[in-house]
Amino acid sequence: MSTPLLQLDKVTIRFGGLMAVSTLDFQVQENDLVGLIGPNGAGKTTVFNLITGVYQPTEGTIQFAGSPTANRKPHQLTKVGIARTFQNIRLFASLSVFDNVRAAMQVHRSHGVRQALWRGKAYQAAEKEVNDRVMELLEIFKLGRLRDEDAKNLPYGDQRRLEIVRALATQPKLLLLDEPAAGMNPTEKAELAGLIRSIKERFKIAVLLVEHDMQLVMNLCERITVLDYGVKIAEGTPTEIKRHPKVIEAYLGEEQPA
Amino acid sequence: MKSGAKRWLTIVIVLIAIVSAFSGHFNRYYLGIGIDIGINIILAVSLNLIMGHTGQFSLGHAGFMAVGSYTAASFTIACAKHAPESAAPFLLLGGLIIGGLMAAICGLAVGVPTLRLRGDYLAIVTLGFGEIIRVIFQNMEAVGAASGLTGIPNYTNFFWAWAAAAITIYVVTSLVNSTYGRGFIAVHDDEVAASAMGINPTRYKVTAFVVGAFFAGIAGGLYAHHKTVLAPTGFDFMKSFEIVVMVILGGMGRTVGVIIAAILLTVLPEMLRPVAEYRMIIYSLLIIIIMMARPQGLFTLKRSKGANA
Repeated sequence: MSTPLLQLDKVTIRFGGLMAVSTLDFQVQENDLVGLIGPNGAGKTTVFNLITGVYQPTEGTIQFAGSPTANRKPHQLTKVGIARTFQNIRLFASLSVFDNVRAAMQVHRSHGVRQALWRGKAYQAAEKEVNDRVMELLEIFKLGRLRDEDAKNLPYGDQRRLEIVRALATQPKLLLLDEPAAGMNPTEKAELAGLIRSIKERFKIAVLLVEHDMQLVMNLCERITVLDYGVKIAEGTPTEIKRHPKVIEAYLGEEQPA
Repeated sequence: MKSGAKRWLTIVIVLIAIVSAFSGHFNRYYLGIGIDIGINIILAVSLNLIMGHTGQFSLGHAGFMAVGSYTAASFTIACAKHAPESAAPFLLLGGLIIGGLMAAICGLAVGVPTLRLRGDYLAIVTLGFGEIIRVIFQNMEAVGAASGLTGIPNYTNFFWAWAAAAITIYVVTSLVNSTYGRGFIAVHDDEVAASAMGINPTRYKVTAFVVGAFFAGIAGGLYAHHKTVLAPTGFDFMKSFEIVVMVILGGMGRTVGVIIAAILLTVLPEMLRPVAEYRMIIYSLLIIIIMMARPQGLFTLKRSKGANA
């Protein structure tokens, strides 16, 4: 097996006395679709924040594409290929759908203040290229007709989708989805599952999914890791996870001896 | 997205030059107000980049303006003795640029350590900065201390004020409407999401502060060569508030609205001169009424979409 795309090695983070994540070992391979599940407060989002550089681990190391991520800021990690969505949608509310995606395109571009002021030929061409790319992405996700709408005016499902498009615009190698199905009805969830699968195929990227909805994760993911109180309690294929006694215990509670 | 913006800028500046050529025929009082309007547009539009677009509440704009005006004035006073009359435009231009750069350096100096602060905290720090600048000038013998700096050549005319305003508008809108510049608004909307999208919030905030301060410095230089007398008290926090009010009244981040507000808030006090002692009361009342009637800003067309400025 080659070096994994993402590797967490004995990662621990403490907030004061609280051990939010404890000696977590965890891997994502390239073009993998991995689920991270666990009851409320298990530390799933904290793991996301560790991977994306929002938090620094108290102990342990995180490697992405073979190099350590320690002391790198979120925007620097986006540049090397980690993109994410948020549990409670965080779009750029006052920007249009189009501009939400456009803002995310800047990360791999060298054009800055000088070019924007001079407006030379190369700049015009580059801006046009960005526009075309943004429209292409929006069309893939059927958001093209909403391009001029303010992001805050979109219906909930479209906002979720736009957040994913925006993350994809940064050309990630690894896409982190934080509870993308939250607040969706069964039909929307089924659509979402198809969408995630197609993203993985089309863009050839790895997806790490944090989710509450068991069914969605079981259907979608090839491998699942289960967290409880910041500790990894199980790891394996969906079928293995379903039968794992510790997982059943964490979700349903211990069986009382009769 | 044709390269129309640069052509427009040229056309506008030529028009301003033509109007300016006939400015000798205008009433001097109105001409003076016209120049004031140009200067206030520069101040408001540049603060709008910091406050409206990037969302950084700054109460230090008068401080940057003071740095620019004192620097530019000192430069031209020192040079005017040795230069012929015909060199005036070049002296002014040199003074403006040096003043702008000094203000930009101050913007950088204030920006880097303080931009981790947000909202009200940043406002208080920038307020403090503005006051420090004022007190420094008030005690600096070389620039006249408390009695002010006098004998500044009267170089600013209609052309300079409005050409500088046109350039300011061009720079701020070109920046903000570019793909790069969408980052300013992204930082304003959600800093956490912005950094997750590869946008460096600190970098953008500092850039906004430096560019904003530069133009505030230019406005200060024009102001100095328009009034020909500088008093440190003219740059107290009331002046900063005045610019903030223009931005809020115009609608945060709405360039056209901010320009209109700058014009309105310059003309209004002049129009109210006949009512003498009630002037400031009526002026303040009008601001309250406008704010209550249009809390979203005077002029809120949809923010321009796409790259065409």
